[in-house]
Amino acid sequence: MIAETGHFALVLALAVACIQATVPLAGARRGRAAWMAVAGPASALQFLLIGLAFAALLHGYVTSDFSLVNVASNSHTDKPMLYKVAGVWGNHEGSLLLWVTILALFGLGVTLFGRILPPGLKARALAVQAMISIGFLLFLLLTSNPFQRLDPPPFNGNGLNPMLQDPGLAFHPPMLYLGYVGFSMAFSFAIAALLEGRVDAAWARWVRPWTLAAWVLLTGGILLGSWWAYYTLGWGGWWYWDPVENASLMPWLAGTALLHSAIVVEKRDALKSWTILLAIITFGLSLLGTFLVRSGVLTSVHAFATDPARGAFILLLLVLAVGGSLTLYAVRAPTMKLGGLFAPISREGALLFNNVLMSTGAATVLLGTLYPLIADALGLGKISVGPPFFNSVFLPLMVPMVVVMALAPMMAWKRGDLGGVLGRMRLVGLIAVLVAAGTWQLQGGSAGPWWSAAGFGLATWLGLGTLADLAERIRLFQAPVQAPFRALALPRSTWGMILAHFGLALFIVGLTASGAWTTESVQIQKIGETVTIAGYQVTLKAVEAVPGPNYIARRGHFTISRNGVEMAEMSPEKRAYQTPPRPITTAAIRSGVTGDLYVVIGDPDPKGGEAAGYITRLYFNPCIPWLWAGGLLLMVGGLISLADRRYRVGVPARAARATET
Amino acid sequence: MRVFTPSAALLLLGLLAVSPAWAVNPNEMLSDPGQEARARALGQELRCLVCQNESIDESEADVARDLRQIVREQVHAGQSNEQIKRFLVDRYGDYVLLKPPFKSTTLALWLGPPLLLLIGAGMVALFYRRRRTAPVSAEAPLSSEEQRRLDRVLKESGQ
Amino acid sequence: MRRALYLLPVLVFVGLTGLFLKGLTLDPREIPSVLINRPVPEMALPPLPGRGEDSGLASADLKGQVSVVNIYGSWCIACLQEHPTLLALKARGEVPIHGIDWRDDPAQGAAWLAKHGDPYQRVGSDPAPGRTAIDFGVTGAPESFIIDREGVIRYKHVGPITPENWRKTLLPIIRELEKR
Repeated sequence: MIAETGHFALVLALAVACIQATVPLAGARRGRAAWMAVAGPASALQFLLIGLAFAALLHGYVTSDFSLVNVASNSHTDKPMLYKVAGVWGNHEGSLLLWVTILALFGLGVTLFGRILPPGLKARALAVQAMISIGFLLFLLLTSNPFQRLDPPPFNGNGLNPMLQDPGLAFHPPMLYLGYVGFSMAFSFAIAALLEGRVDAAWARWVRPWTLAAWVLLTGGILLGSWWAYYTLGWGGWWYWDPVENASLMPWLAGTALLHSAIVVEKRDALKSWTILLAIITFGLSLLGTFLVRSGVLTSVHAFATDPARGAFILLLLVLAVGGSLTLYAVRAPTMKLGGLFAPISREGALLFNNVLMSTGAATVLLGTLYPLIADALGLGKISVGPPFFNSVFLPLMVPMVVVMALAPMMAWKRGDLGGVLGRMRLVGLIAVLVAAGTWQLQGGSAGPWWSAAGFGLATWLGLGTLADLAERIRLFQAPVQAPFRALALPRSTWGMILAHFGLALFIVGLTASGAWTTESVQIQKIGETVTIAGYQVTLKAVEAVPGPNYIARRGHFTISRNGVEMAEMSPEKRAYQTPPRPITTAAIRSGVTGDLYVVIGDPDPKGGEAAGYITRLYFNPCIPWLWAGGLLLMVGGLISLADRRYRVGVPARAARATET
Repeated sequence: MRVFTPSAALLLLGLLAVSPAWAVNPNEMLSDPGQEARARALGQELRCLVCQNESIDESEADVARDLRQIVREQVHAGQSNEQIKRFLVDRYGDYVLLKPPFKSTTLALWLGPPLLLLIGAGMVALFYRRRRTAPVSAEAPLSSEEQRRLDRVLKESGQ
Repeated sequence: MRRALYLLPVLVFVGLTGLFLKGLTLDPREIPSVLINRPVPEMALPPLPGRGEDSGLASADLKGQVSVVNIYGSWCIACLQEHPTLLALKARGEVPIHGIDWRDDPAQGAAWLAKHGDPYQRVGSDPAPGRTAIDFGVTGAPESFIIDREGVIRYKHVGPITPENWRKTLLPIIRELEKR
């Protein structure tokens, strides 16, 4: 009964979406306030209905209602409640339902918090949002119904992939979707602007909070996924350039470019048509990601139901949404007036430079991800494009961007003084070079890779450069007493920028150190035996079998000592799940400022059995915590920027003076 | 002569920067750390053929294990990286290489990114050049609707 | 000129759409063999115990007539599914079928044949790491190769042989090769 209600709610939501997609749009065209006002209540109703459907599916999982095909295929009574809930979105149909729920949520958000938006823009944006909703609701109802019944219902379900029974991974999809789907709002605003025929600084200001929110969430989603991979997959890797990972990175790169180019629109009324295009591309890449994951067109460890029929439907959605919007762009964008002029060397110029590199980066990732498909389709044979390609092409592209990143906040608008800025950065540059040289020495010269020194130098340049910018803004060295007060008075968006840029510097440190200097020790370890790694003595004390809710684990107990002093105990596990039968490794990680000690217990010695010992893998991943800290700082910076009051209260008064600095 | 370490031995790859390889077992590894490191580096570039986007060092599949052994035998026998890769490509095609070779079929892949960068830079240069000769709008620009109205008014007033 | 530039994104997208349409019809996991039209790899595989001293498989044995080489293993479930078809083919005697016992302990391979029937003329033992199978570019079992009179590989079939795909695909190729 509840499932049927949910199903019906989806049908109703489709009807509401149809109204929301047409009436406000016509109203905006004709200037009819009453028609435009339909958008708000319609989006609220849509959210209510879709939310109801989501709740219905959730209910099915929580009560283990195996008469629902979806629940029977993806759940099991033995699963802990947390993972039963996570099972809702751990499959194709459920995750699509999550998609439309979030789509409706953002629409609702604009209705509730977008009171300062001009009615025409709001009506059009919500109408476009409804159009996307229609597409996905049809997809759900016609090909991927989560509420299909099974008669007779099985006694128990097919379980869920044990890999997904993990807190990190349970919440990685919702966060990721909040990000992906959140960019739909920027997309809708962009289309609304194209339809209206006007893009101005005020538009950029209105769009910014939504784009920023989506960006923060996507960053979080990607970080969660990487962190999960790090502690689950057994050796400390966190990024594989897998097609589905790339599918989340591309919108992130485009989204970051969008955030930065929107600043130029807002401050200088320039780069407008490019920003609109980016908004379309960012969401287009989100949609593309959805297509790649579900169509079976690419191989991936992540791929959901690979079904070419469903793939064709999503392709149709893609063609309508992205093809349609790009056509609209081709027609309307040329009529947009050029905005403020600026010199190539200026704040805007630096932001444009950032944009070019980010976009090229996104395009590179797209090329590498799609190339196996391109080669196959053109009959050029089967080719693999793996991490070696991406690492060698993508990373160098980001280097110049990071270099300029440290300089950009110090540049003046319209025309910057590069000489002056470089002069002010002299000390930072010197320290960066010293750090690079020191790093080279510390690693023992060519005992390690050549790029570790460069990586540390770059991180120093960015990190100290950002701090130098902060120091300048609060006149730390000129008037130190007032500096703290000036710091508090700095706009939140400035703080956001400083924290985010500094976060990236930390991220680069983590990336470089763990990539260059990870040490490993793989051996058969007997009980009582000690292995030394990175100055730690790791002793295997005991191995026991531990039953879990739906698995049996082999747990190893290790004692960690340093210089003979015992300092920690670590207990990694290797779990054997039953339904379906899968072994999963859970590493034991001890994080410190200098890095992570990472201990994995494997199978007994294949030749001698348990008496001869167990395969153990010990790793030391230098500076990995800096990577996560940097990523978190990126999110914090984004959130603080989001909290900037300028974007929420009293904006209409300022919009008239939008062309001022 | 034993090529592979006896099962009870410890193998420390210590200070060498090591490529991650979580499926490699101790009794598969070569006794010479330098050779093992080379085998690892090579393994990172070879695709596990039955998995989805994993290298042979990361996969627990039987085929991956067999290939790891073959790679180590050949490293130990003194074959160069190129020779070993050629050996596998002869049997499995370019598909087995995770780093696509630079040949006529992958030209677009390898040249694509620098080309895209050049195009991007070119468009930016065009952008700056065009701006210098284009008129500057001091105020917030008119929307296309407003522009049309203005045109109509101007036309009606005979200008 | 400016207007044309704005069309670029749409055009790129149209190209991508074409690519994806084509992609939906392809299977990214299917790896075609690179050994087609190349001579059979050099091999001299020992026989399985209990099958006779001279019943091993060498590349020289594959010259002189069109044959099928089938990769199997006692650990392989799909091979068991394919087995009745192979036995039926042996009974019909249309074409000799040779086996390569991949990644098996020779005794286990022989026991499996004793238990389920032996459709092969010759069987070569290729225990771990399966060097000969690797030479054939094998990634899983069962896989079968059609070899012509000159000992050149002409076709690779991935997965079990069924009466259907034998009739529709494999037999016509064999007949064609026999004519030459």
